[in-house]
Amino acid sequence: MIEVPEYSVPLARPKLGSAGKTGFWRTSRPVIDYQKCTKCRLCVIYCVENTIDLMPDMYPRIDYDYCKGCGVCSNVCPHEAITMEPEVK
Amino acid sequence: MTEALRLDNARFLRGNAACPGCPIPKELDTLLSVMGKRTVLVVPASCTSVILGDTRGTPSTVPVIHSAMAASAAIASGVERALRARGEKDFNVVVWAGDGATGDIGFATLSGAAERNENILYVCYDNEAFMNTGIQRSSLTPYGAWTTTTPEGKREFKKPLPLVMMQHRIPYVATASIGYIFDYEQKLRKAKGIKGFRYIHLLSPCPPGWRYDSSLTVEVAKLAVDTGIWPLFEVENGEFRLTSVSKTHLDKSRRKPVEAYLKLQGRFKNLTQEQVQEIQRMVDEMWEEIKALVKK
Amino acid sequence: MQKARKVLALVGNHAVAYAVKQAKPQVLAVFPITPQTTMLEKLAEYIAEGELKAELVKIESEHSAMATIFGAAVAGARVFTATSSQGLLYMTEMIYWVGGARVPLVAAVATRAIAAPWSILDDHHDFVSKRDAIWIQMMAEDVQDAYDLTLMAFRISEYPNLLLPVMMGFDGFILTHTMERLEVLNDEEVDEFLPPRKFNLIDFEDPVSIGQVADSSEYIKYRYYAMKAMENAKSVIEEVSKEYSKLVGRNVPGLVEDFMCDDADYAIVAMGAWSGDVREAVRRLRGEGIKACLLKVKTFRPFPKELIRKYLSEKKAVLVMDRAYSYGLGGVLASEVKSAMYGLQVPVYNFVAGLGGQDVRPSVIVDMVKKLHEGTLQEEVWLV
Repeated sequence: MIEVPEYSVPLARPKLGSAGKTGFWRTSRPVIDYQKCTKCRLCVIYCVENTIDLMPDMYPRIDYDYCKGCGVCSNVCPHEAITMEPEVK
Repeated sequence: MTEALRLDNARFLRGNAACPGCPIPKELDTLLSVMGKRTVLVVPASCTSVILGDTRGTPSTVPVIHSAMAASAAIASGVERALRARGEKDFNVVVWAGDGATGDIGFATLSGAAERNENILYVCYDNEAFMNTGIQRSSLTPYGAWTTTTPEGKREFKKPLPLVMMQHRIPYVATASIGYIFDYEQKLRKAKGIKGFRYIHLLSPCPPGWRYDSSLTVEVAKLAVDTGIWPLFEVENGEFRLTSVSKTHLDKSRRKPVEAYLKLQGRFKNLTQEQVQEIQRMVDEMWEEIKALVKK
Repeated sequence: MQKARKVLALVGNHAVAYAVKQAKPQVLAVFPITPQTTMLEKLAEYIAEGELKAELVKIESEHSAMATIFGAAVAGARVFTATSSQGLLYMTEMIYWVGGARVPLVAAVATRAIAAPWSILDDHHDFVSKRDAIWIQMMAEDVQDAYDLTLMAFRISEYPNLLLPVMMGFDGFILTHTMERLEVLNDEEVDEFLPPRKFNLIDFEDPVSIGQVADSSEYIKYRYYAMKAMENAKSVIEEVSKEYSKLVGRNVPGLVEDFMCDDADYAIVAMGAWSGDVREAVRRLRGEGIKACLLKVKTFRPFPKELIRKYLSEKKAVLVMDRAYSYGLGGVLASEVKSAMYGLQVPVYNFVAGLGGQDVRPSVIVDMVKKLHEGTLQEEVWLV
């Protein structure tokens, strides 16, 4: 355990959402069409923000709390199963 | 502690300050999951300094030491020596530095640590400019690229840093691209198992700096390899080996034209047809040099 | 019964190296620069001969030397490096980094003039230029002092929860290359004085990130508490001085040392090796009926302003000897003394000399004080 007096060494500990709920950044939202999804996992592998989880049934699930809506998942999906939909219509 | 922090393995936590489409969080998540919890990251001034959050919380689940821009390889040397001196075993000390901190301001420090063969892994994530300060050219910005300090396009060539590191005769040098993530992962695994100075040069596209849509990060990173502009290779104890799809690229017909890569990026939009030809010629020439390296 | 202590004849660089060896650092970074080089050569020799078990990093620059020991100190090692002049300037970014990160470690500075023009000889410009870097800065008068302060520096920097690095300054060539008699502690005594280092920031079970961005409301809090720590350091230095004095059986002051100040009319304030010349000047002046004294500043940061006021408030006049100058303002030490004496009705004179290794003899100091006594001394005088 690292113990230093408060405001001595400038340090931080791990935190989920260190920049807040980055889902608020999104201008468009990736939506998975589970009918088209083949469970290939490319979206999980390449999601640059690490916000797509692989569920026990091997389907991907997007964590919208933190997904920034970059669209990489949609771009790498070989089956066009992920479409980007505008957040503000 | 949040639930995510009880993970058995090291991770790079979501919800950090990286720009949308920035590959750094994925690159670091891959790095940490391979290197494991007993890893110290040393990070000089760069985009990652910001992505790592502030004093209220960080996405890293391994210890991080922030570093002045030119100091990271030296700090890592000290950390490694101290951990060894205190009897720690099975740990990794990793420098995670941008191209400016690696090839420009921190170059003497990098070269010194390599020459001493310090037992550290140095990963240069190369987004080909000083991106954190707002897209200024570095010695690793490629020929022809627009940056805020090369509004007419860079006139000089990209410093061939992986080859320069190879000339340091360190035990392991490799190139990687986030477009070929398994190749990157394998190289991390290999580097982890080697003692001494290891250098991985990771091409890391930057949507705002390279002027492409954030959804194209992986595609751009793949095309850099597919066109032969960014060959994937590794040099283990002096033995040069092409890896992944680059293995097939000695045959020019297997490489896509460089234009496929250049045209996706706004930073190259002012290139003339002659300049595109010039870049193609340079890439072809580089592959002739690679042929000689492979034969060795 | 206590083992008899050794008395050695060593040059300053070797005396500091001897103290460092006894402090048992685990990681050292070495980069040559005159006049510090022979100290690090000696340490390399100790390691080669097995007298000191430490990682010796033969680093490629001073910037990296400080970076290396910073990294090692973060990871729990007792560390050391040394430099001079241009080297200290080149190291500056990391000096500030270490201070801001509040990482305890020790570095020695063999003081030397700064180029251009080139000079490898002594003055204090390099040392005083680091006054705002959140480092404790102490300066030695002689070889024994350099040895003592080096051991005290390790103790002070590692004092529980103080978390400040310490810079031990001693005059280049005048001390680094001059052989003097000194008494050294037995190794076991040093072991007792310096318990194993506890400070460490690398725990794989409790991963922390060090040197994080601090937003504007947080940043100033870190600096506010650094200010508090530096104030607190004064009592720590006094405490360690008491501990050390008791151990060695000599009085080794920490903040300031006074020589005949009780009844003096005139006080000469000095720092470093020429304090010895001031002592001689004081003796001669007393012989001529002029009641002078020396107030030696041993700790430059935190500046012991309370003690300065205490010792100087009743004097007729004060003469501050400066081996460093703030161009456009005045002598560096004189400015600090004036600031400490704010509101007191005691005139402060400034004698600027010794830059670039200029020899300053006691007779020159005697002349200055005589002029002061006669009322003919200008407020600021340069020896040119």
